[in-house]
Amino acid sequence: MNNPAPRQEIVNALGLARNAYTGCPTSLCKGCGHTSIANMIVSACFEMDIQPEKIVKFSGIGCSSKSAAYFLERSFGYNGLHGRMPSLAEGALFADMSLIGIGVSGDGDTANIGLSQFKHISRRNVPLVYIVENNGVYGLTKGQFSATAEKGLTLKRQGENPYLPVDIAFEAIAANASFVARSFAGDPKQVKELIKAAISHRGTAILDIISPCVTFNNQDFSLHSYSWGKGHEAPLHELEFVPPRDEITIEDFERGSIKEVTMHDGSVIVFKKLERDYDPTNRTEAIGMLEEAIRRNWLITGLIYIDPNSPNIFDMYQLGETPLNRLPPEKIRPDRKSLERINQRFG
Amino acid sequence: MKEYLKKINDFTITFGTVNGSGSATANNTILRSIFKMGIPVSARNIFPSNIQGMPTWYSLRVSKDGYMGRVEKDDILVAMNPESVNKDIKNLNTQGVLLYNENMELNGLRTDIIAFSMPVDDLVKSCGFSSNLNIYLSNMVYVGVLAYLISLDIEMLEESLFQHFGGKKSAIVPNLAVINTSFNWAEQNITKNSRYQLKPMDSTRSKIMVDGNTSAALGALYGGLQFAAWYPITPATSLAEALNEYIPSIRTDLETGNTTCVVVQAEDEIAAIGMVVGAGWAGLRAMTSTSGPGMCLMSEFLGLAYFTEVPLVVWDVQRVGPSTGMPTHTSQGDLTLSYFLSHGDKDFVIMLPSNINECFEFGWKALDIAEELQTPVIILSDLELGMNVWMADPFNYPDKDIQRGKVLWEEDLEQFARKMKQEWGRYLDVDGDGIPHRTIPGNMHTSAPYFTRGTSHDTYAQYSEDPEDWKVNLKRLKKKFLVAKSNVPKPESSKPNSTQAMIAYGSTDMPAVEAIDILNSKKVSLDYMRIRAIPFCEEIKTFIECHERIFVVENNRDGQMKQILCVEYPEHANKFVNISQSDGMSLSANWIVNNILKIISGGGKNE
Repeated sequence: MNNPAPRQEIVNALGLARNAYTGCPTSLCKGCGHTSIANMIVSACFEMDIQPEKIVKFSGIGCSSKSAAYFLERSFGYNGLHGRMPSLAEGALFADMSLIGIGVSGDGDTANIGLSQFKHISRRNVPLVYIVENNGVYGLTKGQFSATAEKGLTLKRQGENPYLPVDIAFEAIAANASFVARSFAGDPKQVKELIKAAISHRGTAILDIISPCVTFNNQDFSLHSYSWGKGHEAPLHELEFVPPRDEITIEDFERGSIKEVTMHDGSVIVFKKLERDYDPTNRTEAIGMLEEAIRRNWLITGLIYIDPNSPNIFDMYQLGETPLNRLPPEKIRPDRKSLERINQRFG
Repeated sequence: MKEYLKKINDFTITFGTVNGSGSATANNTILRSIFKMGIPVSARNIFPSNIQGMPTWYSLRVSKDGYMGRVEKDDILVAMNPESVNKDIKNLNTQGVLLYNENMELNGLRTDIIAFSMPVDDLVKSCGFSSNLNIYLSNMVYVGVLAYLISLDIEMLEESLFQHFGGKKSAIVPNLAVINTSFNWAEQNITKNSRYQLKPMDSTRSKIMVDGNTSAALGALYGGLQFAAWYPITPATSLAEALNEYIPSIRTDLETGNTTCVVVQAEDEIAAIGMVVGAGWAGLRAMTSTSGPGMCLMSEFLGLAYFTEVPLVVWDVQRVGPSTGMPTHTSQGDLTLSYFLSHGDKDFVIMLPSNINECFEFGWKALDIAEELQTPVIILSDLELGMNVWMADPFNYPDKDIQRGKVLWEEDLEQFARKMKQEWGRYLDVDGDGIPHRTIPGNMHTSAPYFTRGTSHDTYAQYSEDPEDWKVNLKRLKKKFLVAKSNVPKPESSKPNSTQAMIAYGSTDMPAVEAIDILNSKKVSLDYMRIRAIPFCEEIKTFIECHERIFVVENNRDGQMKQILCVEYPEHANKFVNISQSDGMSLSANWIVNNILKIISGGGKNE
């Protein structure tokens, strides 16, 4: 892959080398898109100078969900149930709002068994980087169609897929997600920038990443293959994530073709115009674009929609600075007097 | 008609009304007023799974002896529902009293009862309030008439109304006016020849009246609950709603105004338990509340929580299953479900509260047990206990500090390594009790994070399919359950006195203790044990060993506790006799007595 291991001496602002962010050796197939995404998660966290212990990983069941063990070994992680990653994350992240949640799921995990939790976490806007490693196929059970497989796709075991697919980005927008992106594992630079933007987003960030399954669904004509992706990728823009402390240097870009979105933490996502104007803060435009992409068979990639100021679930509760899971016993047990009052009320 | 002895403070009144007609205010007012007169009283709502228009009953029992079990027959019937009146009348005892709305057609009247018709509409109209209130005020007519007939203290009614409406005058005034008007009407128009009379007592002083679901919620809030996720389901809904009701007043930090307990209404029961597992794993005291159908949906996650050793509490307020069953009726049908829940080898701690005070006590204790053992705790309440208001002693403040179990923060990890002379591992059993030490997210020590997985793992939380690793881990989990035997509430039992005994649990304790007394009066002596938790502790075994025949009384078809007792004590299996049924109603002492007597006299098994 195009991601050579960095030399040991390179450290980030925390003094950590990139290998402080890596995970256990992978057991995924050689060439799996998921491995490339895992590498980009590592790079993004390393480059953003995030303390690995500040990150909490969540995953469901499937090849994608196994991959949560293959990055960020120094982070807590919970590999839970099929399709139920979002609820686990939602409960856990209330424990300490300063934690950064990264969820990894697959297309079966998200679009089949977990469609409900996926849509509900989106509408509640729980701060979570929600990565769907989308390959259209069940790998661990050796090659069945998932809900994102296109109609007419032929697989060795199952013959021809008779059903229309679920579009994860479309579903996310319909569910009022505040951050919806699509990318392609074969475009690691874009994947990495999107992960960075997602990490700094104060809400659920859905990243639908086409991640080819080299073993069961990498046929040239398949919508989830490397060759089809490379041939059909239609980036909406070129994007760059600029962390809060850095100045934006726009000399690389042509004047008038730049759009910036400032995130809640002060970081900025810079969008460089490619073939057409695209405003990722416009929900109507986003929906239109997705519709057009389906009609024209484009693999549109980039940040499809973002609302950086959408209130998140924590805003619905008045939670203090001290993480809930660090509150001492005297803060969580009411005093005797209050119980006396309650007893009186029922007397 | 022959003159019957007066029955003072010992009778049953059933109110037959239409659901959605606002009779709850009238019924609660009567209940509270009798309570305020110092007389032990209990009441059950028998209601349909419906919003408006179907028959509903409120069955109130006055018992000077303090019995709270259901009684099958009524002494007084207040009939406000034309649809059910003719059937309801059949359930009156001889010499029973019928109060009915005069606009109803009765199919011939029984001659062995005393009947009074009430001019409900006229009495309400005569008070002159806005006619859109009339449907609600109608119910106050029977409050007034009944008050006269059974000598219910009008002042207490006034106090109860004040309490019910939180002192809101605009609501109290019209209701009270109708009560007084109706009372006066009764005084002038009907003879007070009812044999059922109230007489003030002093048996409710310092007692409280509250429902089981509210008690459970309060118990949890005093137990330091920090996170609850739930999905609406009868009869558990009011438990979560009570959390929301009390959090602002008792779980808000006075200095900062911040909340210390979060409640999320999930999209379904699977998400609810998922959030609770996540929260419990991340170090929050977490729980959910549900009923049978929700328990089924939560089964997979509870298996994960057991295997990944996540503390959490599940309240199952039982209703009648299988399937949608009878959602608004009570049963004890989820015991074997809870005992065998989820696939593979596993054990669940199950707590069985019998009364209001135990709903509160188990509410906080379960959170301690869950964190001490790092495992899910299931509490089985039921509609009977959860949704009805019961008389009880005041809630006791927890007598034990909050127990967080073996949690290691940054400094603890340093100490652990020094003391144990080895690196911490998530599933290392260093204390020999099967309970490992855990770290929780937010712990910034570099050795704190670990990867939690529902797949097999070794003691350092690494993936492993080594048969030995699997076996060792499952054996250690079993060891925790042995520790649980001494952590969970012990049974309550009478002193051994007989070779025969009765076992009951949960809300069935109410009719069971009454049945024991009735049997005693018939010279049948039974010892009694009330099981309060699973796993069974030594005391339960000893009790069983001490008796030759044991009647296991419960509110389900198959005798689920009996089944579990047979599994746990196969050597005593032939001692257990199943006294159980499920028809949506709680058991009555009479039914228990009759079935036990039938068996004792050699009449075979219960129906």
